[in-house]
Amino acid sequence: MNLASLSPLAVLLPILGAALAFLLIRHQTAQRVVSIGILSSTLLLECLLLFSVWTGGTTSVTLGGWLPPWGVVLVVDQFSSLMLVVSSVVSLAVLIYATGQGMADGDHEAPVSIFHPTYLILVAGVSNAFLTGDLFNLYVGFEILLTASYVLMTLGGTGPRIRAGVTYVVVSVVSSVLFLIAIAMIYGATGTITMADLAVKLAELDQGTQNLLHVMLLVAFGIKAAVFPLSFWLPDSYPTAPAPVTAVFAGLLTKVGVYAMVRTETLLFPGDTLNVPLMVVALLTMVVGILGALAQSDIKRLLSFTLVSHIGYMVFGLAMSSVAGLGAAVFYVAHHITVQTSLFLVTGLIERRGGSSSIDRLGGLAKLSPLLALLFFVPAMNLAGIPPFSGFLGKLGLLQAGVELGTPLAIVLVVGGVVTSLLTLLAIARVWNRAFWRKPEDAEYPDPVLLTPGNVGVLPRTMVGSTAALVVFGVALTVFAGPLFQVSDGSAEIMLDRSAYIHSVLGDSVEVPPLPQNGGAK
Amino acid sequence: MSINLTLLIVMGVLYACGIYLILERSLTRVLLGLMLLANATNILILSTGGYAGLAPFFTKETNPDSYSDPLPQALILTSIVISFAVTAFMLGIIYRTWVLARQDEIQDDLEDVRVAKTPSFDAEDDAIVPLETSEFAITPSSTQDRNHPEATETPNSSTTQEGGSA
Repeated sequence: MNLASLSPLAVLLPILGAALAFLLIRHQTAQRVVSIGILSSTLLLECLLLFSVWTGGTTSVTLGGWLPPWGVVLVVDQFSSLMLVVSSVVSLAVLIYATGQGMADGDHEAPVSIFHPTYLILVAGVSNAFLTGDLFNLYVGFEILLTASYVLMTLGGTGPRIRAGVTYVVVSVVSSVLFLIAIAMIYGATGTITMADLAVKLAELDQGTQNLLHVMLLVAFGIKAAVFPLSFWLPDSYPTAPAPVTAVFAGLLTKVGVYAMVRTETLLFPGDTLNVPLMVVALLTMVVGILGALAQSDIKRLLSFTLVSHIGYMVFGLAMSSVAGLGAAVFYVAHHITVQTSLFLVTGLIERRGGSSSIDRLGGLAKLSPLLALLFFVPAMNLAGIPPFSGFLGKLGLLQAGVELGTPLAIVLVVGGVVTSLLTLLAIARVWNRAFWRKPEDAEYPDPVLLTPGNVGVLPRTMVGSTAALVVFGVALTVFAGPLFQVSDGSAEIMLDRSAYIHSVLGDSVEVPPLPQNGGAK
Repeated sequence: MSINLTLLIVMGVLYACGIYLILERSLTRVLLGLMLLANATNILILSTGGYAGLAPFFTKETNPDSYSDPLPQALILTSIVISFAVTAFMLGIIYRTWVLARQDEIQDDLEDVRVAKTPSFDAEDDAIVPLETSEFAITPSSTQDRNHPEATETPNSSTTQEGGSA
């Protein structure tokens, strides 16, 4: 028996855990033990999956005894298993953080008894989206994680959260409808929804139909990934949710969209037909996002805008469709999930210690709480791409791939990437100068909590501990950047080659269609 | 593949009405629009299965060519269940909006409005720097130059406290 045949457990364990946690709704301690235990064992399982895929190659698991072109398959390849491991590390850290917050506060603002089951369902949805090899099952995975995220977003039902939640739900539902329309059209055109089978059959369609389906899928995923013209909803809705919820949304949900875009671009519609528009969109996402961040005075909103902006780097790497570019993009996704989540967690701590997350109301945190300053400084520099951190390495990889490609547009994007990185540094430095460096009484509207002497907002140890663990994990990505780059380049090579994926699902006899190369599009 | 014209027209009308409705500011209309869009999409999926035929897997003698394609129907079932859950949730938050704000309209983000109204003048960066920047200046502290009512009250009390503890 192959280890990879355990992969359905990555989805099943969190769902069963959610059911159990829901039964234990009156026993908070038991609920915490169940959900943390379940997520830890899922993480362990996914590490095993990564190992087995790394040594044994792409594997597929057929569900329910229906053979591939008809039934649902799960496919574990290097990219999906890497995403699974990183997402589980992040979601476990956030869960521990949320548990600490719940124990410290009671459940006035955020009903913790509902939080745990919903959170586990969210994790199940994310795992499902990463694992599935079936387009409609991908839609179901998206819906599982979105429905859980609706509940988490409006947790407690306070005014601002409901307001933000309405926007978020409407936008998400519209993007899901678009995705469903795309699935219906793809099924109408090819008669299949298994992704490996589609990779073979879509190539037989005429170019116009292909482009239509391609663009529809990209628009649907672009809304979820918050790519520039479709990113308006994100800074509007994320900041109002509770700190751990915002953290896990920022880390994971947009990356699931990016993951789906990567699969669309590499498996379903390979080649370079839409590379030019994608590059333009990537440039706009980077620049417009970071300019938005500079205008913000609330740290959470500022970070939401940097989140949008850095999605642009991933789209850039994807749009190059070369091993170097895609590999760097995969590395960047892993790095960005970790760093963005830890920054949001630290912001939650800042809010507790300083009473606010607005940089007009904060000051002097470096002196009041040096540990907090350190926890903010490391991932912030990592995000801005200061050497030697992984953010620098990821960006360097992307820029190298861009220079290697050498088209005028790619060079423009390289310049745009550097400018965005510098502007990120500026935005982060603004937060640092105001919230940490200056004296508390210099703040424009100092928060009362900040000015109260003594340890009013003492930070719970669990929250600080889990944040610190995630920051250390982010640094570990830097230390082990060599092996990680090997994994990401390897997964990029496998994705661009496609034959391993298609053969593992449909058997070795299927012929992989050649890549369409219309070099004139460049 | 052959397509039923009636279904096609119904689908088009549903899409048109749905898109019109989700562009409204009233939440109930947005919800109705989303429901119409979901149903139009279900019809679209149904029509990918071609003309209605016999039930598949019912008897062994049926000619495979006269079957309906069962897959689109399975997809529709799933998508109906999902849109049912989402509709219920949306009704819940629309009711909650009504309870909290007594209105059925999408509300603007206050922080967005604030950022949009912020002047390009930034007190910290753009104000005229006083000649004397030493911490022990004799001139009145720069906090009083800014005309924020809260800022002038609280810092004084805190500086005395800090001085006392040091």
